[in-house]
Amino acid sequence: MAVPSTYRDQHFKGSRVEQERLLSQSCTLYVGNLSFFTTEEQIYELFGKCGDVKRIIMGLDKFTRTPCGFCFVEFYLRIDAENAIRFVNGTRLDDRIVRTDWDAGFIEGRQYGRGKTGGQVRDEYRTDFDGGRGGWGKMIQQKVATSAANN
Amino acid sequence: MSRRKRDDGYEHGYRKRRRVVSEQAEIEDRLESLIIRVGDKTSSSLESNLEGLASVLEADLNTYKSKILRILSECPIQMPEKCTIYSTLVGLLNAKNYNFGGEFVEQIVRNLKEALREGQWESARLTVRFISDMVNCHIVSASSLLQLYDSFIDAAMEQGVPQVRRDWYMYALLTALPWVGRELFEKKENDLERIMAAMEGYLRRRNTAHVAALRVWNCDTPHPQEEYLECLWAQVRKLRTDEWQERHIYRPYLAFDSILSEALQHNLPVILPPPHTASTQYPLPWVVFRMFDYTDCPEAGPLLPGTHSVERYLIEEHLHQIITRHHNERKELATQLLAFPQRNKIPLEYMIVEVLFSELFQMPSPRYLEIAYGCTLIELCKLQPGTMPQVLAQATELLYERIDTMNATCFDRFVSWFSYHLSNFQFRWSWDDWQNCLSLEKDHPKAKFVSEVFGKCLRLSYYKRVTEMVPECYSPLLPPKPEPYFKYQIEGGNGFPGAAQVQTLTELLRKKPTPEEVLELVQQLPNPLKDDDGDMEPSHNPLAIEVFVQTLLHLGSKSFTHTFAGLAKYHSVFKNICENEEAQICMLRQVYELWQYHPQFLGVVVDKMLKTQIVECCAVANWIFSRDMAPEFTRSYIWEVLHLTIRKMNKHVVRLEKEVNDARAKLRAAPSDSESSDEDPTREAGEKRRRSNSHKEAAKDGGEQPTEEMVERMDERLEAAQSDQKNLFLIVFQRFIMILSEHVVRCDTDGKDFNTFWYQWTVGRLQQVFMAHHEQVEKYSQTLETLLFTHDLDSNILDTFRQFQALRS
Repeated sequence: MAVPSTYRDQHFKGSRVEQERLLSQSCTLYVGNLSFFTTEEQIYELFGKCGDVKRIIMGLDKFTRTPCGFCFVEFYLRIDAENAIRFVNGTRLDDRIVRTDWDAGFIEGRQYGRGKTGGQVRDEYRTDFDGGRGGWGKMIQQKVATSAANN
Repeated sequence: MSRRKRDDGYEHGYRKRRRVVSEQAEIEDRLESLIIRVGDKTSSSLESNLEGLASVLEADLNTYKSKILRILSECPIQMPEKCTIYSTLVGLLNAKNYNFGGEFVEQIVRNLKEALREGQWESARLTVRFISDMVNCHIVSASSLLQLYDSFIDAAMEQGVPQVRRDWYMYALLTALPWVGRELFEKKENDLERIMAAMEGYLRRRNTAHVAALRVWNCDTPHPQEEYLECLWAQVRKLRTDEWQERHIYRPYLAFDSILSEALQHNLPVILPPPHTASTQYPLPWVVFRMFDYTDCPEAGPLLPGTHSVERYLIEEHLHQIITRHHNERKELATQLLAFPQRNKIPLEYMIVEVLFSELFQMPSPRYLEIAYGCTLIELCKLQPGTMPQVLAQATELLYERIDTMNATCFDRFVSWFSYHLSNFQFRWSWDDWQNCLSLEKDHPKAKFVSEVFGKCLRLSYYKRVTEMVPECYSPLLPPKPEPYFKYQIEGGNGFPGAAQVQTLTELLRKKPTPEEVLELVQQLPNPLKDDDGDMEPSHNPLAIEVFVQTLLHLGSKSFTHTFAGLAKYHSVFKNICENEEAQICMLRQVYELWQYHPQFLGVVVDKMLKTQIVECCAVANWIFSRDMAPEFTRSYIWEVLHLTIRKMNKHVVRLEKEVNDARAKLRAAPSDSESSDEDPTREAGEKRRRSNSHKEAAKDGGEQPTEEMVERMDERLEAAQSDQKNLFLIVFQRFIMILSEHVVRCDTDGKDFNTFWYQWTVGRLQQVFMAHHEQVEKYSQTLETLLFTHDLDSNILDTFRQFQALRS
């Protein structure tokens, strides 16, 4: 379904009404749950099956400036983005289920992770081991490091 | 401040009126919902539901008549699988209320006439079928139905109109017969025979040249690839030999026979097919896709209906209709397909897979995105993990077995689908089973299929993954590591001409210079094309192009984004040194040299260069057909690049056409007041005109009313674009003809058979250009026939053109 999720960007600069308007006209998708190793080329190949891709902006760790598992895909036409939500969302890229959602539009600065340690917030708090996303969640990594230092 | 007391009586009356109006809307909605949902899963039987609903509607017939008429006439078209349910419902209503029946007949006939006028062929066809079914329910007389059929047959016999039009009228008739054949056989056998005879005559005289262009495989073993009308005719003929006893369609009206046979029938008014006009578009013909027969399905399971059984036709049509309804929601689509009503009587997974592949491989193009079919198949595997994956694997094996005769277009789609599917299942496949391809030559379809699949898998993953997913023995077919080839950095690379300048330019670029600074450096390079006398100014400087393009692209080789940034920043340098086609072809060669081991990157760069107009479409076309690119000619990526180039041109023309049409429509809609003042030569009128024109100029910026002048300029732009488009097609087709003819002549001289793999691929690629862009190529069909596809041409090449022409004749 080409329906937006209930997620709303808390850092959006503007009213809720404005955000909804942009989302309803957007040609840009947020793509999440990527592996840190997934490249722009792979994303182009998959999303290119839905139409002409205008550009891809890789999500980067704020400090290391390396991919941190998300990106923005912008199409020329909204219908192509709709089709990406219909046909790519929930399928695999690099063996991982990828998630797509409408985005209000890329603005410089939004390509950086907002987690404390530089990546995405979800990687701060998760408790599982994910080899494609740096292993253990950041909080757990820190706990492990601290207890190792204490011993 | 005291509130003014409102008039109690007014408010009371107002509220009462609103309540009545909203009540009415509520009842209408409820009626609509009841009608739409009739026949869906409920606790009571369908018969009692129909009886109940008929009573409810009867009571409301006068109050809500137009709404009921509208819904009842639309439902059987929107939900064609419930056709017989609605005809029964209307039959019951007709039995209770003859007048209503008459009005319904008028409504449905109005709908049919409108659908025919508007070119809504599928709606029209389903309406004809519904009207035919209304005979079964005693709403319409058989004799008036036969009159309708006769007028359709007349339309099919008309001279001087395209065959696709005549075909449609026959097709609409044929697809209605499974519903009403038995009834006509019992009551009007002679007329039915007459109709069958007319159809037989029509089909015998028909031209089937288009079949070759539309077939997925170019041979008829193991399954004949039948033209759709011929297949349906065979199925209906078989039904006739069974005395029109059809056992698949569920007919609720049989339970109400006593009531319905008491009803009075109506006669259809005369329905004349609207005449053909040059702008009328008819559906294209197709070939029935067959990949399974009953031997492919498990022995212990239900039998696959035979190719010429009407059941096969009905089930397939129903499956296609489910796809139409849910094609945008893959989970719902998969669920609905698997919930097929008679799923226990048929090998459902096989039929679903065959129908989905028939759409994926449809010629000229599938009706939905290829990925839509791919992800639907994935959903089906998720919902039926015990059976679907196995059937799909079996299908893949069959397609691989028969790939030798598959046309190039479908070959590409198969490669694309299979690699995509694998990428969702960890690239697991029984590669050992296909090792026979390793002993075949590289251009053999089986070997090519495997190597192209590897290439596509690489694009969706990464090099190490692909090398690890296959046994060692497959390494000859693996693609090279997708890296840029920068010859200046290899062993001895600094010996290449321009190597020193490459070094200089690289250092300069790292300091983020302006485009002017770069251009200055590049222009200093000597031009090897300049001869010593210097009298002939060369069209371009190949050394400058080589140094600039390779250096810049190499610096940006880390990712597409890096490359795009470089192309954008130094766009003016490109425009300066690559002004003409020769320069652009030289540049494309440089791009190829750098990215020859990474076809995906090559394609993306060329695409960007076209978009930013660094390179023209014709240059790309000529480059692809150049001698340099001959070794790569059978690689799929070459054709990806050609088709993206043609598509860009087509999109450009289509956009301009729309702009002109929209502007003209706006111009027509609002008559300009300057027209009247143009006649008046007085100064006053001139002043008025000037003011009105400047007003319109201002309005132009706001995108409002266009002027005649603006539309003329748009027209000129459109004409120029169309001329470019025609030129592009001429170049492409001419180069095909040249390269194919050369090959045939050379083989003749050497005494060799010309029908090599290379030849087959190339003819296939020519056919692909016709099919992939048939709507646009159609515009230039006459020119192509006069200039290029002339009688003296080799028959194989000419045939491809003839088949394309036959699509719409």
